[in-house]
Amino acid sequence: MRPTTKSVRKPQNAKKTLKRILSYLDAYKGRLPVVAISIIISSTAGVAGTYLLKPLLNNYIVPFIGQQSPDYSGFIRLILVLVLIYASGALCSVLYSRMMVDISKGALAKIRKDLFSHMQKLPIRFFDTHTHGELMSCYSNDIDALREMLSQAIPQFFSCLLSFTGVFVMMIVLSPYLTILAVLMLCLMLLVVKKIGAKSAGFFRAQQKSIGALNGYVEEMVEGQKVVQVFGHEDKVKKDFVALNEELCTSATNAHTFANILMPIMGNLSYLHYALTAVLGAILALQGLSDVGTIASFLQYTRSFAQPLTQMSQLFNSILSAMAGAERIFAVIDEPIEADNGDVVLEKKDGEWVWCVPGKETTYVPVRGDVRFHDVTFGYVPEKMVLHHVSLYAKPGQKIAFVGSTGAGKTTITNLINRFYDIEEGTITYDGIPIQRICKEDLRRSMSMVLQDTHLFTGTVADNIRYGRLDATDEEVIAAAKIANAHTFIMHLEKGYDTELSADGGNLSQGQRQLLSIARAAVADPPVLILDEATSSIDTRTEKLIEKGMDKLMEGRTVFVIAHRLSTVRNADAIMVLENGNIIERGDHDDLIKSRGKYYQLYTGMFELE
Amino acid sequence: MVKKILSCLDKYTIYAILCPLFVVIETVLEVFIPFYMSKIIDVGMANGGDIAYISRMGGLMVAFAVLSLVCGAVAAHFAARASAGLAKGIRKKIFDRIQDFSFANIDRFSTASLVTRITTDVTTTQQAFMMTIRSVVRSPVMLIVATVMAVRINWQLSTIFFVALPFLGAILVIIAIRAFPRFKYMMKIYDKMNGSVQENLAGIRVVKSFVRGDYESKRFAFSADEVKHAQIRAEKLLAWNMPVMQITMYGTITAIVWFGGRFIIGGMMTAGELMGFISYVSQILMSLMMLSMVFVLLIMSRASVARIAEILDEVPDIADDGTETTVSDGSVAFENVSFSYFKDENNVVLENVSFSIAAGETVGIVGGTGSSKTTLVQLIPRLYDVLGGTIRVGGKDVRQYKVAALRQAVAMVLQKNVLFSGTILDNLRWGNQNATEEEVVNACKIAQAHAFISSFPDGYQTLLGQGGVNLSGGQKQRLCIARALLKTPKIMILDDSTSAVDTATDSKIRAALRGNHKDITTIIIAQRISSVCEADKIIVLDDGKINGIGTHETLMRENAIYREVYESQQEGKVTA
Repeated sequence: MRPTTKSVRKPQNAKKTLKRILSYLDAYKGRLPVVAISIIISSTAGVAGTYLLKPLLNNYIVPFIGQQSPDYSGFIRLILVLVLIYASGALCSVLYSRMMVDISKGALAKIRKDLFSHMQKLPIRFFDTHTHGELMSCYSNDIDALREMLSQAIPQFFSCLLSFTGVFVMMIVLSPYLTILAVLMLCLMLLVVKKIGAKSAGFFRAQQKSIGALNGYVEEMVEGQKVVQVFGHEDKVKKDFVALNEELCTSATNAHTFANILMPIMGNLSYLHYALTAVLGAILALQGLSDVGTIASFLQYTRSFAQPLTQMSQLFNSILSAMAGAERIFAVIDEPIEADNGDVVLEKKDGEWVWCVPGKETTYVPVRGDVRFHDVTFGYVPEKMVLHHVSLYAKPGQKIAFVGSTGAGKTTITNLINRFYDIEEGTITYDGIPIQRICKEDLRRSMSMVLQDTHLFTGTVADNIRYGRLDATDEEVIAAAKIANAHTFIMHLEKGYDTELSADGGNLSQGQRQLLSIARAAVADPPVLILDEATSSIDTRTEKLIEKGMDKLMEGRTVFVIAHRLSTVRNADAIMVLENGNIIERGDHDDLIKSRGKYYQLYTGMFELE
Repeated sequence: MVKKILSCLDKYTIYAILCPLFVVIETVLEVFIPFYMSKIIDVGMANGGDIAYISRMGGLMVAFAVLSLVCGAVAAHFAARASAGLAKGIRKKIFDRIQDFSFANIDRFSTASLVTRITTDVTTTQQAFMMTIRSVVRSPVMLIVATVMAVRINWQLSTIFFVALPFLGAILVIIAIRAFPRFKYMMKIYDKMNGSVQENLAGIRVVKSFVRGDYESKRFAFSADEVKHAQIRAEKLLAWNMPVMQITMYGTITAIVWFGGRFIIGGMMTAGELMGFISYVSQILMSLMMLSMVFVLLIMSRASVARIAEILDEVPDIADDGTETTVSDGSVAFENVSFSYFKDENNVVLENVSFSIAAGETVGIVGGTGSSKTTLVQLIPRLYDVLGGTIRVGGKDVRQYKVAALRQAVAMVLQKNVLFSGTILDNLRWGNQNATEEEVVNACKIAQAHAFISSFPDGYQTLLGQGGVNLSGGQKQRLCIARALLKTPKIMILDDSTSAVDTATDSKIRAALRGNHKDITTIIIAQRISSVCEADKIIVLDDGKINGIGTHETLMRENAIYREVYESQQEGKVTA
């Protein structure tokens, strides 16, 4: 996974993206106005409360000085108003921040679910062209950024904007002279924000570049760690790393210096403003143009003038980068899903599986497992065809094997049968029906695949086997495990079938995992079975042991086998030798040996598979 | 854990110390500004006004603000320096540690997890550290100095602080304490949810072929809701922070105005002092707020720090405590060697293996998949340590050598080999930095690589992508052999390293090796009998045990497995 470090990435179409993010808040339409009003009240309360300092000082406190028994009733009334304003402000803060938690988390959960369920419908091709790291970062980094934006940045941004405007208005009301000073200070602050912002953006880009270089190096060297050690290159690699590390340190120092510096500069400019206001205010008061109460309120305002400005500039960046993340999420959600125009569905009729073919008259074709390729040409990318004019047939119950070197197109053929990819030219039929006509899900349900890379899921052993057929009983699960010869080792596990497997079955050996995935295919009990290097991780002795089980599993089914070990394919009904996407030889073992072609060479060890 | 991380600061410690010092100066200066303001109001404006006094105090305040700005900026720079330095130190330490890892250590961590630790986790730690050294000092100093100032202005009025502060502090602490387990729980199930996405991505083909998309979506929706509820539970608690802070601040201001107003009226206080007082309220309460934010950030970064510490705590499996620096010759002897990847006597992959190879001999190793051929040869350059028994190279136990010296003498072409991005020449010189062009070409000729390299327009300067993506499997293997040859080793191990090379080229490579490097002990693992039948000695491995040792002829006579393998490869061969 390529880690993404926080940087300011700009969204492509901010308006559209924002609209779409907000559309996730639709479910909370009733509550949003309440949130908005609460934010307004809460920010206004702070501004208004400070303003009251003026009348308090000017109308009550200062005139009362020296009086023996002043009339406190007006003073008390104003204090009560102050309490009321402040209390409603605080109350509204509680209200909106708690409501925003509900709203933002609800919206996030919905985005997550949309993202995931859409992802399940995407074609395999999509997963070929996007790395796991890329997709995972949608779930982690991008959604995290959205969470920040929805629950923190947006409400805070509005509240800052309101406070800032409110403060500014009150300043004008209080003292136009002091406001001129405030505007001058504002210009200075904006200038500083802009200057530092521009500088910092440049340094951040430089940092990003050094991070990229360093990460690339680390990835390559960690990947090749074993070679580094075999050649005793540790010291040289360390030295190269030091150089890259040093560079990153320098650029990070620059970038962070400018990021850090904004706060103290703005904070102290605000103190400068405070000082100047005090001096100017005092002079104005002496001239009779102002008074103590005004200065008191104004001084408080100067402190809350710069802060929302700094905060807004930071929030703005975080909103922008969250929107860029949201665009990546929406890009995945907008990916076209796997096309499926199939109208032929699988049905159970009198205890037998049949294809239900709609037409003028609905016909029922029994599921037998007859698969035919006719003149199929296919490529993963248009420029490069992987299969050229491939024709083949597998009669029900036959075992068809594919042999050939890596990249010859063996796995591609099986990927076409279950429509992980759609063909460009030619036809593939299944029990006489073109597979495009068969509903994809039903097509896949009628065949099981055992892949070279076994994938187990977090859960118990039984759960993992039951993945093949969710309604399988415990007895059926155990029976399937016995067929795959997995029962013995499962019983040796701490809790037998209830043993929890950790992520991707890390506590099992590669061979054991392979056996579980064979059991999973067995429990699915499909008419067609595809074994793609299914026994490659199982040592020859164990393979012998499960041979019987495999034979039983294959009995009566059409089986496609891809194997590296030629001993595995010897007893196939037909062996196809593939080279560069062409079937160059076909026949059973004896035929092929007799014909002295490629298969013969492979078999006699004159040519090795990669 | 924290101590270990901090030790990575190294020469940047000075900045980590200076930064808080400047922060202290900045903070103290900030606290004094409202004090002078109150003087302007009370002294400067009293008795008809004293412009000179006002400007003097004003000048002082401006000077303080500017000085404070400078200190703040310097502190910010030092914080960036110290944290970038810390990150650099941690990265170096992790990277160096990975270099010291044995194969067994590497097997325990996935590449992706190692990369994440050295990148994302380090960045998180860096951010947390930067925040900490800037705020951890600032808040308490602000709190103390501002409180002292407030007391000096009017101690009676400052009693309000002594009610407000513990109130706010206590509530913040209570929220933090109650929130901590909720956050911990939230992060746990959040990780679980992301883990399940990762699993789904990795197994997407299984999901699709069993048509489990809807089932997976339903399961995910369940975890997503679980995360939602946990987040709401945790964050709703935290949502109290801001309002509580506001309530305290507003309450304090109101109380100060009420009591302060009465003090002023009673002549016990001045208006300026009241205004200064109000400024201190926000300074003090904000600093408490900052403190609680830093606290949250530190909790968040704990997971990253723990993951980094995990690497730093991983003890390299192979202790490099040998003293011998030269390997005298290429003889190899195994004496009752047993080995387990899990250091578990009940789970051994090699059992009681004994044999000896004289210097300069060529030895073949054959055996089925899973018979531990690769494991056996990896023990020779001490990529793993034996569980029992001894391996001698050049007559001495491999553990007596310095690891670097031993590996310098043993060249090994791995089954899963890696080329690095750079030119072909760069890659070849991995074997020997100082190899002359002639030596490089020579090695390539032996490995039958010179011809195809010369056919590239850029020849030896051809750039390879990461992992050598622009070469075919056989070309890569031949480059790897040439690279190993350049080490001029005493022992050369070829682990199935010509599998993608055709038979004719394969035999040319072997012939060239024999012709040019008679003194090098060569160990060849191969699937093809033809690759090993001319060897001085052939070892037949079966399930981690030696099944037979001998020449092709003796094994053909006496060893059933060998004969079987041979016959399976000869079956129907043209007799000519």
